[in-house]
Parts: sequence; structure tokens; C-alpha cells
Amino acid sequence: MTGRLLFQTLIFPGFVFTAVVGLIVGWVDRKVSARVQFRAGPPFFQYFNDIAKLLGKETLIVRDGVRWLFIAAPIAALGTMVLAATIVGSALFLGEGAGGDLIVVMYLLMLFALLVALGASAVGNVFASVGAAREIKLLLADELAFLLVCLVPVIQSGYRLRLTEILAFQSEQGAVIGSVSGALAFIIGLLTVQAKMALPPFHIAEAETELAGGPFIEYGGPLLAFWKVSQVAMFAVFPFLLILLFWGGVPTSAGAVVGLVLKYLLIVVLIILIKNTNPRLRMDSALSFFWKWAAPAAFLAVVLAVFGV
Amino acid sequence: MGWYNRRLAKSLWVFHVSASPCNNCDIEILELLTPRYDVERFGIKLVGSVRHADVLLVSGVINQKVAPKIRRLYGQAPRPVFVVGVGTCPTSGCTFKDSYNTVERREDVIPIDLYIPGCPPKPEAMLEGIVKLVGVLRG
Repeated sequence: MTGRLLFQTLIFPGFVFTAVVGLIVGWVDRKVSARVQFRAGPPFFQYFNDIAKLLGKETLIVRDGVRWLFIAAPIAALGTMVLAATIVGSALFLGEGAGGDLIVVMYLLMLFALLVALGASAVGNVFASVGAAREIKLLLADELAFLLVCLVPVIQSGYRLRLTEILAFQSEQGAVIGSVSGALAFIIGLLTVQAKMALPPFHIAEAETELAGGPFIEYGGPLLAFWKVSQVAMFAVFPFLLILLFWGGVPTSAGAVVGLVLKYLLIVVLIILIKNTNPRLRMDSALSFFWKWAAPAAFLAVVLAVFGV
Repeated sequence: MGWYNRRLAKSLWVFHVSASPCNNCDIEILELLTPRYDVERFGIKLVGSVRHADVLLVSGVINQKVAPKIRRLYGQAPRPVFVVGVGTCPTSGCTFKDSYNTVERREDVIPIDLYIPGCPPKPEAMLEGIVKLVGVLRG
């Protein structure tokens, strides 16, 4: 039992699988973005080379700041992403609950944003603190919409929080996305995931052109590699979570596995296209987007789901 | 080290150090990122923070005011780091070499590994310089 859990956490739906899928999809992201801009784009092993290079560089520790938090934050962030990937992945691929339900996943995903802010506040850099403040504001903006979106499949499956039970419900009754409330929640979910992954138009915290990397400005070498791997790991966690909640079914046949990969690629390409066609929002416009439009629409989806539409 | 250097050669992240330039080289540097030249196909990326950098791209003649800041930036970059001087200014001082505020010995401020002369150098010349650096790293 312990060995199986360790295997799940470290190898198959956990660390190794998530990192490899994330690094490959990170390349897909950069390649598609380059093609959208009529550029050639980086070679296939680009992200692997980047990470190998970062791991071999010098580690610089801040002098003014909280040193242990500076080192602990990126490692803990990678840990939370791997745990979230393990829980989502073992429910989706293996059809078994790996010691956690939807609440745990939402908690872990929220913890990641908090760790980014904590790691940024540990360095004593003005740009990093502005980035941390923005990260928390963005969390306040998108969290409500994200919670309401996640509620829809829970309500539809008869108030079940276990991921395997949500999947089993979808295998019997059809995917949640087939209903009106499910489709509405899925669309808002896509936009919310964009903010959760801190991709354009919601890369307000990182903001390369104004904050020069924001929360990650003082991180270099292996610690930056931890941040980079956990960022690309989000490419594995969030689309699979959306598939699990809205478009699910345990893949038992070969056709279902191909279908799962196609659904995954569709969601990833949608995310990349939204990323490439939108400029960065100001903090207040992002807040008003989520509080005035996304959250009420998600609430409408919840109400529709309660009435069984 | 050979294996690591080949990884490094495929993923050079560039930080742009403006050491009192006239802005002409800076404009030409940005052209390297456009679809026509697209240095991202070599894995080269402009980064906003010196902590992420592998290459410091120095443009401009280094004057007395920025010299301490340039030295500090070089100290803040995690090793291994390479310094590339873009334009005639870091190479020879250009028309500002007798100016009252230009530092006398640029190599005391920051050790430049590779010079790309030109006022400004064409993007092709910069690409050639980068290819030379990559060639040295590959051995």
C-alpha cells in the first residue's frame, strides 16, 4: 500500500509523469505561440535544456531577507503541484482516490499561489513585493469564480466530493459539459484556469515588462528551476482537472485513451490561444472581470445545476 | 563539463545591460527577437532579471555614473555568466572615447568575453557573434 502510494506520488501520475508532460506541453506552448507570431520557435528539448542548465548554475541566497523561506518556498510549491497532480491523475487515469477529494485539490492549488507570494516576500525586493501583492489580489479575484465552477459537477453528481464518484457519475449519466450549466461552468472554468496558471491576460504578478519577473526576480539557478517545473506542471494539472470535472469517464479502452489525449490537447491549445490573443489586464480590470462577470455567471451555472438544467 | 556546456549553449538567457548607450544598438538587439531573425529557435530568450541571466549584453560606452552599477550587476549574476559587448562603444569607446565622463579602462568595470563591433552592428553580425559563443561552448 505504502509502496503503491509512493509510486503514484513519485512516478506515474505524480512527479516524473507531471514533470515530463509539463515540460513537453511547455514546449508546445512556446512553439504554438511562436507560430502564431510567424516565428520558428524553440526546438523540442528546449525546456529540458533550460531546466538542466538552471540546475547546474550557481545558487545565490539573499542576504537581506528570510533565507529559509527563500529556499523552502519553491520546493514546497513543487511539492504542492506534484500532490495535486497525483490526486487528479490517479482518479482520472487509474480510477482510484489517492487520499484526497476535490476540497484537497482546491486547497493545494490555493496553497501554490500563497507559496508564490511567501517566496516573493522572503527576498526583500521591491519588485518582488509588488508581485506578491498582485499574486494575492489575483487569488482573491479568481478564487470565488473557481470555487463556484468546481461546485457545478459536485451538485450535478448528487453532492459528491470524491473525484472518483464524480467520474463514475459521468460514466453513467454522460459528461457534465453536456448540460447547460456544465457548459457555462466549463467556459468560465477555462478563463479562471488562465488566471490560476498566471498566463496572459492574467500574468499580472509576473509582468516581465514592468516588474521584471515579479515574484521570481531574485530566484536564480536551481531554485528558479523548481519554480519553472512547478509552473509547467500546471499545464498537466489544470487541463486534467477540467477534463475530470466536466468531460470525464475512466479510460478503459484504447479509444478512450486517445479521446482523453485529444480532449487534453484541445484544452491546452485553447488556453494557448487565449494567452496569445490577449494583452495583460490591469489589476482593477482583472478584479472587475472576475467579480462582475465571471463569478455571477458561475453562480448562475450553480443555480441552473441545482434546478437540474 | 562537456555535457553541461552543450545544455548551456542551447539555452542562453540574455539580460540586457544598458551602460549609457545611445539606444541605437538597443533597437537593433530587439530586432533579433522579431520573426525575421527569431533567436528563440536557438533557445535564446530575453529575461527581465539579472538573476536569471547567462549572458549580459552590454551596450554603450560605460561612463563614470553607471560603472559601479554595472560592476554590481555583474556580481549579482549567477555563474557561469558571459558578457557580450554590442556595438563600437564597448569595443573601442567610439566617438565618446575622449569624453570627460567615460571610464578609462572598461575591462576593469566588467570583463567582456566577446565584442561585436558596428555602430550599430547589423542583426546578422550579432547572430554571428552569438553563434561563435555557442561554438566555443560546444567545444
